[in-house]
Amino acid sequence: MLISVASGKGGTGKTTVATNLAYSLGSRAVILDCDVEEPNAHLFLHPDMDTTEQVWAQVPEVNQDACTLCRKCVDICRFRALVVAGKSLLVFPELCHSCGGCFEVCPENALNEGRRELGQIETGHSHGLECVTGCLRVGEAMSPPLIRKVRAHVRPDKINIIDAPPGTSCPVIAAMKGTDFVLMVTEPTPFGLHDLILAVEAVKVLGLPHGLVINRSDMGDEKVRDYAQKENIPILMEIPYDRAIAESYSKGKLIAEMWPEWTDIFQELFQKIQSCLA
Amino acid sequence: MKIAVTSRGKDLQAQVDPRFGRAAYILVVDTETLAVDVLDNSENVNAFKGAGIQAASLISDKGAEALLTGHCGPNAFKTLEAAGVKVVNDVQGTIEGAVTNFKNGRYSYAENADVDGHW
Ligand code: SF4
Ligand code: SF4
Repeated sequence: MLISVASGKGGTGKTTVATNLAYSLGSRAVILDCDVEEPNAHLFLHPDMDTTEQVWAQVPEVNQDACTLCRKCVDICRFRALVVAGKSLLVFPELCHSCGGCFEVCPENALNEGRRELGQIETGHSHGLECVTGCLRVGEAMSPPLIRKVRAHVRPDKINIIDAPPGTSCPVIAAMKGTDFVLMVTEPTPFGLHDLILAVEAVKVLGLPHGLVINRSDMGDEKVRDYAQKENIPILMEIPYDRAIAESYSKGKLIAEMWPEWTDIFQELFQKIQSCLA
Repeated sequence: MKIAVTSRGKDLQAQVDPRFGRAAYILVVDTETLAVDVLDNSENVNAFKGAGIQAASLISDKGAEALLTGHCGPNAFKTLEAAGVKVVNDVQGTIEGAVTNFKNGRYSYAENADVDGHW
């Protein structure tokens, strides 16, 4: 089973929900941190790391001696990563989307396979829970290919929990697409509602079953609940604002670890997700 | 020789456009005859990324040996360098004034790109 945990914006408690849910399921679960620009699940789970793997994108390299400057590759590249400058063909690897088109059309075999580092993936474990973290290289602009590589670590025999990036753009879609259930985390404030509505639109386009967790549920107003009712989105859990919870977060501690009764609450959350899918 | 100048309009009286990749027009001017070849840069203006690179390739194809503009980012600079096109930054005023200043040797060529790219 594959559950993605998403939120329309950062700072709503998405990682808190993902990590506590994963921790509460223990060895039955795998957590995959797909918030690759700012992975932070490991800050709460403190896993012992087992492996580190570099992830690369394939980009062309020009053999200038073989290149006749025919521009076939320049014309086919939708991302404008290739350009003729005077008597040479230049590649801008950071613009390349690795579609492979230029390699296909070059009549002179003048393009060699080079690579650009996208980032790395670390795997580890914490209390029997498997942890996979993607970390985008600083300066790298394209995260979806790395997110897909993180998702290649999904274990079909386990409950896989994806911590998706915040927002509603391509990286979020790459993290949510094809998951069995999207758990959306929000706050009952006007900003929370605004971003939730955008996130729900994205999830609907993808046609994914979804449910809501309301964080700091005793603050703000009723508008998020009204919206959820109108849209028929089940509210699966509410986490009240609690100073002790906020403090544990700032210290890098899990709620379920500090207060074991929360383990039951998060296990219950998982059961509710299961019954949504039944 | 031919030089390229980024421009807000289509003739020599127009003001220099400080942007390179996203300039409204690029005029390729023959410094002897003052003949102008107007390049419409609108396709690049709307480009998501890589506008400067495309503009650089374009002016080199048109035979320009130097570029007068406001700012030129690193990727465009790299492309111009590879194409052997020299760059003058911080150019202001009218196109005609800029061409005259260039002919009188008032400008010095940039050695590096002066604006960070957008990625
Ligand atoms: S692989 Fe695709 S995106 Fe990359 S340079 Fe070649 S054609 Fe462009
Ligand atoms: S298609 Fe091949 S030969 Fe033609 S410009 Fe590109 S690399 Fe050079």
